[in-house]
Order: sequence, then structure tokens, then C-alpha cells
Amino acid sequence: MKVEQIAVFLENKSGRLAEVTAVLAAAGINIRALSLADTADFGILRLIVDRTEEAKETLRREGFTVGKTEVVAVEVADRPGGLAHILALMDEAGINVEYMYAFVQKSGEHAILIFRFDNIDAAIAGLTRGGVRILSGEEVHAI
Amino acid sequence: MIWNEEYETMPREALRAIQLKRLRATVERVAVTVPYYRDRMAEAGVRPEDIRSLDDLTLLPFLTKEDLRANYPFGLFTVPLEQVVRLHASSGTTGKPTVVGYTRRDIGTWAEVMARTLSAAGVHAGDVVHNAYGYGLFTGGLGFHYGAENLGATVIPISGGNSKRQIMLMQDFGSTVLCSTPSYALNLAEIMTEMGVAPSTLFLRVGIFGAEPWSQGMREEIERKLGLTAIDIYGLSEIIGPGVAVECAEAKCGLHIFEDHFLPEIIDPATGQILPPGSAGELVFTTLTKEAFPVIRYRTKDLTRLHYEPCPCGRTLVRMDKVTGRTDDMLIIRGVNVFPSQVEHVLMSIEEVEPHYQIIVDREGALDTMEVQVEVGEAIFSDEIKGLERLTKRIEGEIKDLLGITCRVKLVEPKSIARSEGKAKRVIDRRTI
Repeated sequence: MKVEQIAVFLENKSGRLAEVTAVLAAAGINIRALSLADTADFGILRLIVDRTEEAKETLRREGFTVGKTEVVAVEVADRPGGLAHILALMDEAGINVEYMYAFVQKSGEHAILIFRFDNIDAAIAGLTRGGVRILSGEEVHAI
Repeated sequence: MIWNEEYETMPREALRAIQLKRLRATVERVAVTVPYYRDRMAEAGVRPEDIRSLDDLTLLPFLTKEDLRANYPFGLFTVPLEQVVRLHASSGTTGKPTVVGYTRRDIGTWAEVMARTLSAAGVHAGDVVHNAYGYGLFTGGLGFHYGAENLGATVIPISGGNSKRQIMLMQDFGSTVLCSTPSYALNLAEIMTEMGVAPSTLFLRVGIFGAEPWSQGMREEIERKLGLTAIDIYGLSEIIGPGVAVECAEAKCGLHIFEDHFLPEIIDPATGQILPPGSAGELVFTTLTKEAFPVIRYRTKDLTRLHYEPCPCGRTLVRMDKVTGRTDDMLIIRGVNVFPSQVEHVLMSIEEVEPHYQIIVDREGALDTMEVQVEVGEAIFSDEIKGLERLTKRIEGEIKDLLGITCRVKLVEPKSIARSEGKAKRVIDRRTI
């Protein structure tokens, strides 16, 4: 029910994001989803890739600071109200969203939302009770 | 103007005779009253009666900051605390502060050398002295205060901060003399510009600046922006506070050391050998009249030269150059002493791992800035912005608590700080002094 995500620390310098993607490309690692959060000084690149451990080790070897965290991927119908429903459930359960990002699958029928919650297990329980489809790690990594 | 003609213009032979007499009395007193000095002198195989000439000073062991720390707080006082009427302390650079005590007579001596200092700068009775040095354990504020009162000037004990109000009071009270760090003086000048106050509408005539290094260029800038004559002073709490040496307004060429109270030497910092007059080296002081807290051959770690040639002002006292550097890695940032090891201590206390860091010191406008760059390793990394922001705020907060100065923490990628062969280069000082 949980999806592994890696996060990379990046200084706000030109070319750093390009280097991360080049390193991953050279290792033949495919990026499934990504988001970049930034401040004036630094950014955090969050990635879901097809081979997490390998991606992490490869980036580490290249001198990047890499962390691994667990996130939740849920599938919602790609129509108005999809996200609102999820957030209402989390609000009810008193769960905080630390951050999230989303992408739409090729078919255009579903959107996939990636969440980092303050309490991941409670979040999964709440989502399950609300009838939300949660994607497994295998499913996301294989998208 | 010379406050004390007798001592400040005394022929050097007569001065040396007085120095010797006072030196012998000081050495005798510390040997009798301070076990630490007694032991160190015994180890060096020297007795007080061996000091027969000023040259015999070299027989005595040096005293260092570490020795002061080892005797914290009152171990080097030569009088019981009942006779100490005042305590001051240094900023506590690496843990415990250095504590200095003054008897009633010491306070009088201090007021005397500070009256001489102010007088040499061109201050006189009737002046209105705007004293923006910090009041408190720091010696700056009260040192100037007592000196200016002794001189018969009117003191405004404004201390630091609240610059707009300072400028308003300068206008309303007619301040003629400004005492502050040179960077604060420039800061005041900037705020005056922002407020639309022309320095020519103020009454400032003289500025006395110290507690941090500054250059001839900075002097010219301050003089131009504030419309006053800027004078450099030197002092350190271990010796007495401000009032150890000052430039004369006549020559502004080196700082006269009040040698009847403080005996200077220049040594090779590596070997401890005395260097010939005019050589650059570490400044060492022996106090000649201090009662509560005399020091024998205290190593200041400040690098300078001494010049014994006569000065056009008429003073016969030796002159020291502006301090050109330090023998250790101490930085002075906005008047506060900062050691890179203190920053390291904060970083290590946060994560218990030795982080790679670098301190970048710069000057924005008139104010010194300190940026601490910390490499983000996995131990301190978080995938959440707020986690990393919390970390930077925490480091900034702890540095502020320890050092009393505000810095900016910038997180950087691993290996982005240049590794050097051997000793790491922890500090990049971009200030042009």
C-alpha cells in the first residue's frame, strides 16, 4: 500500500536538475513521477522511479544527498471533485498532508495523486474506509 | 590636547625607570598572592628579585587566554573579592568567559587612561559624548562612560541599537562626540540618509571608534559621511578595557600606548622571542598598575608593530600600528569575537556528526554579515521543506544564543565546499578592511 519515493537535495544552481536526470538516464532508470519543491536557497526533488534502490545508490555515488520515504499513491477519476473527496476524508480523520503532487495517466481517465502524510498508516486506513483505490508500490513503479 | 602632560610627554629614560619600579612591584605582588603565578615562576626558575631591569621581563613566562580560562573565575585576582568593586567579562568565546576585576583604584586608573584617550582624540570638558558602545559586562560602554565623566564631558549612555532614536537624540541633545564601533558609525550614517538627516545639521565633531579592525579607507568614508574626525582606539578587557592605546588627533599615525600603565612587547608568535623595534609580531602586555587583576606578559594574539620615534603631538609614548591580523582564527564580526570552532560546536551539538561547513563573512553596506554554509548529508536531510527550514532556524538560533550575533545559515550540497589539503579552510572573509 505504500510507495517508495526518493528525495534529492539540490542547491539552487543551474544545471543541477539536469545532472540528476542525466545520472538516472545513464543508469537506465525510468522516472514515473516527480515533483520539485524549492525555496530561495535550495530545492528538494522527489522522484518515483522504476528501480528505487538502484536509483538511490547511483545518485549517492555521484555525490547527491538522497533520502528515501514512503508515500501513498491513490487513483481518482479524472473529473472535478476527485481531489476534493480525498482531502475531505483526510480532514475528517484529522490527517495532515505534508505535500502532494499529481499526474494524469496516459489514458486520461484517471489521475494519480501522490501524498506524503504526517501519519501514513492512519491515512491509508481512512482512505480505505472511504473506498478510495490505493495503488501498490508495484503498480506505481511499473506504470 | 594632552590630559596628563607629566606622564604622556615624559622623557623615555624617566619613563623606563617608572616602568621598572612598577613592574617589580607587580611581579612581587602576583608571586605572593597568586598561586598560579608562583608555580609558573618556580617552574621557570625565576624569582621576583631577578627582575633588575626591563630586559629581565623576558625571564617571566607568558600568560595566555587558556591560562585565564583555567583559573576561571577569580583564580588570578590578587585581592580578595571584598576589594573588587566591579567585574567585567569577555564574550565567553569558547565556553567560559574571561572574568576581569577592578578595585576602586583600578576604576580610577581606567578613568584616567580613558580621559587621556578622549583628550588625545580632541574631546574636552563641555563636549556631549554620545556613547553607543554596549553597556554591561562588555568593557566598552562603562570604560568610555567613566573616562568622559572624568574629563568633564556630558555623557549620553545610549548603548547600542534603536538607531533612529539615537539620531533623534543626537539632534536634540547636540552630541559632539560619537563613540561606537566603526561599523555602527557607518550604519548610523546610512540611517541618517534614509531619514533625510544631513550630517551637517548635527553637531558631531569627533568619532572614537574601536573594538573591531577598520581601515584607512573606512576612516575616510566615516569622516565624509558623518562630517567628523575619526580616531582609532585599542583596548582589551584582559588589560583594562578601552584605554590601552589611542591615536592622537594631531598625527593620526599609530596608537599611543599608555606605557606608564601597560608595558608592551612584540614577540615572534612561533618562538616567543622578542623582536627588534619596528618588527611585525604578536603584541604582549604586562600591566604595571592594575591591582585586582594584573597580568604578566599576556599574549593578545593581535599582530602589529611598535614605533618608538617621537610623534609630532609631543607624546613620548610608543605607538602601535593598527592591528593587522590575529595569530589565531578569531574573527571580529560587528564587534563580537567569533571563533570558527564555536560554530562547529553548534553544528556538532545538533547532529553529533562533524558536518562540513564554511563561514563567509562579508559586509553589506556598513554591517558585517556572517553566512554559515552547511553541507546537507543524509543525517540532516529531510524530504520536506519545513524540515530543512526548521534545521536552518535551529542552527541560526543556537549560534545567536552562543555568540550573540545573527547569522544566515545556507544549506548546500555535499562536496560543494572546497576540500583543502590538510587544514580545512573554514572562513572566507570578503570584507575589505
